[in-house]
Amino acid sequence: MGAVVGTLTMQTKQRRPSTDKADDDLEMTMVCHRPEGLDQLEAQTNFSKRELQVLYRGFKNECPSGVVNEDTFKQIYSQFFPHGDASTYAHYLFNAFDSAHTGSIKFEDFVTALSILLRGSVQEKLQWTFNLYDINRDGYINKEEMTDIVRAIYDMMGKYTYPVLKTDAPKQHVDAFFQKMDKNRDGVVTLDEFILSCQEDENIMRSLQLFENVI
Amino acid sequence: MAAGVATWLPFARAAAVGWLPLAKKTMPKPPVDNSSRSDEILYVNVSGVRFQTWKNTLDRYPDTLLGSSEKEFFYNEDTQEYFFDRDPEMFRHILNFYRTGKLHYPRHECIQAFDEELAFYGIVPEIIGDCCMEEYRDRKKENQERLAEDTEANEATDAPLPPHSTSRERLWRAFENPHTSTMALVFYYVTGFFIAVSVIANVVETVPCRPPKGRVKDLPCGEKYQLAFFCMDTACVLIFTFEYLMRLFAAPSRCKFMRSVMSVIDVVAIMPYYIGLVMPENEDVSGAFVTLRVFRVFRIFKFSRHSQGLRILGYTLKSCASELGFLLFSLTMAIIIFATVMFYAEKGTKGSTFTSIPASFWYTIVTMTTLGYGDMVPNTIAGKIFGSICSLSGVLVIALPVPVIVSNFSRIYHQNQRADKMRAQQKVRLARIRMAKKGTTNAFLQYKEDRALGDPDSDNTALCVKNRSAFEHQHHHLLHCLEKTTNHEFTDEMTYSELCMTESVGFRTSRSTSLSSQQGVQNNSTGCCPRRARRRAAMRLANSTVSVSRGSVQELDTLHIKTTSIASQNRSSLNAQASDLKLNCGEPDFTAAIISIPTPPANSPDESLPSSPAPIPGILRNTRARAFTHETVKISSL
Repeated sequence: MGAVVGTLTMQTKQRRPSTDKADDDLEMTMVCHRPEGLDQLEAQTNFSKRELQVLYRGFKNECPSGVVNEDTFKQIYSQFFPHGDASTYAHYLFNAFDSAHTGSIKFEDFVTALSILLRGSVQEKLQWTFNLYDINRDGYINKEEMTDIVRAIYDMMGKYTYPVLKTDAPKQHVDAFFQKMDKNRDGVVTLDEFILSCQEDENIMRSLQLFENVI
Repeated sequence: MAAGVATWLPFARAAAVGWLPLAKKTMPKPPVDNSSRSDEILYVNVSGVRFQTWKNTLDRYPDTLLGSSEKEFFYNEDTQEYFFDRDPEMFRHILNFYRTGKLHYPRHECIQAFDEELAFYGIVPEIIGDCCMEEYRDRKKENQERLAEDTEANEATDAPLPPHSTSRERLWRAFENPHTSTMALVFYYVTGFFIAVSVIANVVETVPCRPPKGRVKDLPCGEKYQLAFFCMDTACVLIFTFEYLMRLFAAPSRCKFMRSVMSVIDVVAIMPYYIGLVMPENEDVSGAFVTLRVFRVFRIFKFSRHSQGLRILGYTLKSCASELGFLLFSLTMAIIIFATVMFYAEKGTKGSTFTSIPASFWYTIVTMTTLGYGDMVPNTIAGKIFGSICSLSGVLVIALPVPVIVSNFSRIYHQNQRADKMRAQQKVRLARIRMAKKGTTNAFLQYKEDRALGDPDSDNTALCVKNRSAFEHQHHHLLHCLEKTTNHEFTDEMTYSELCMTESVGFRTSRSTSLSSQQGVQNNSTGCCPRRARRRAAMRLANSTVSVSRGSVQELDTLHIKTTSIASQNRSSLNAQASDLKLNCGEPDFTAAIISIPTPPANSPDESLPSSPAPIPGILRNTRARAFTHETVKISSL
């Protein structure tokens, strides 16, 4: 008799964690993140109050809960590149934006990254790009990482290109650039090598100024 | 691209910095942002309800009214806002579409009103969000069905026949719509009566009657009065055959008619008789012949032409075919299962009635439908258990598809009721609409009346001219211009028919009342008469309350014409007939509608002019008092 009661209670105990999990899920979807005050953000970034307002309005409209998770991020980014598959590159971008590795981008992360990309110094921009390429965050870009990035970029192009995309095009692309960047031929590119090689290239320097008036 | 995504474009462009170090070629120049205005708030006033939104929000959908430059047409410079004279409740949903990118359909709104709003704002209904799309589609389909039904009802076969229809078409119409002509109605009732008689005869002839003298056993009436029944049967069959042949002749498509259900029923109803005539009095064959007589009962189905409810029932069963099929199938399955089980359960017992599985079918059916005759009863315990399970499950299996069939029947029946009601109310509705329309035409004729009669200088024009809105003034002026253009005048139905009538009857003054006023040169009188006739028409219209006796229409007409023609002139003496009439004809006011009529000379054969003015005031008094008061004064002064 006791054993029966015992097994019955055990079953109910096991059932409870699952219901708790359901509650947790419910809580997570209701979580609403509010960013720091406008003044603080203005101080931290290079945007004016008005620009921050515009940015936040767009952000909040798309993500009322205040955070962007990776799926939404991929979805949004893919909409700009309907021809190909932008999910891989979006994944790398997401990791670059999500500097604290929390799994979701808050408005502060978003604005900080944008501030660097649009209003930052050349040094800051290049450093951000380096972080983007350095997938495993070990401080070095090796050839595999660069190949991954380049392949992700080529994926965004899609199938129908002119001239027809060859399968080893990413590899060739990487070979050309890696050689340029790896000054001491040790197989990896460090941050200093990267910045140095970029500063030497006129085209890159010029094009870094292109995106300043995006907002 | 979805709306909100547009706000992420700056981010996407910024992220392109990540490609720069790897770029093979130089980047293109960025587009110059001319309209680099900072985002501003727009004010949209919809029937007094003021909405505010960012300009960016509206720019998200550039192919709609609010997103394109089309909204500039609605911009009010004085109040610095966009004004729309539309429903503010609906606008809420439209604006939410811009804000959230999802269009919702409000369930309490009329589907047509919603569609109209969407069409106005240039939004395609296909982008309604998934949450509301089903509801929207259902409502729209329902609405379209209802409209289709209404148009069908409008073009109901109650409409009068086209003028040139053959006798065949007329006959067919008489058959299909008995209430169009009395003959058809009579035929309809006669056939109904004979169907009833035939069915009753079929029933009664099996009732046992008292046996005739010399016999002990009771005899069915059919055999006792064999001749009488035979004659009745013959008469009925003759009528049915005649009806069938008539229908076959009149049918527009004979093949289609022959394939229709009613025609098959007709044939089946009369065939047994003819077969019975042809068949010899053979003992072996007469057995089959007796079976054929069963088909005579099908005559009762001929009643479905006479009863709408029966037709609805038939239609319901047809439309519920799938549910009925499911019911049948599940019943069959259950019957087979339970019959098998019961047979094997009862196999061992002595004297068991469950001799085979097909024999157990009977028990299963009787138990499942909860009839329980008791002619087959299980005796073993297992049999009883399974028997009870069988009866319980029977109730369930039968109860399941029944509500579906019932709801179908209810829907179709109500639809039919609605259609009938609509048809009945249609006539009243149309009559009311016609009356309203008449009001506007009357207003115009009234206006002409006032203009013609009224003296521009006198005060009475003020009295004559009623308070008319600016719109009405302009509308009437437009109609006036049309009259001038076409050289014809507007009249109403009544007077037009009268004109036709007087044309045929002939005028006392033997003037041809041809309405073609262009021929005024040759036939001066023609110029005058239409005008006079129309004058009379206008007069008659004004006196709608006064009943002018139609009998004496002619004399009164002529007198009227004379009096009015005299009355409307402002000067000269009565005695100068010719000149009066001439002046009258030449009056500019009067010839407003008929430009090109040359002033006809006096109608010389004008003996009918009353010698004494005495009757004139009397007649005048009959007519509209208001307009005539000043004329009476004038006449007396003359």
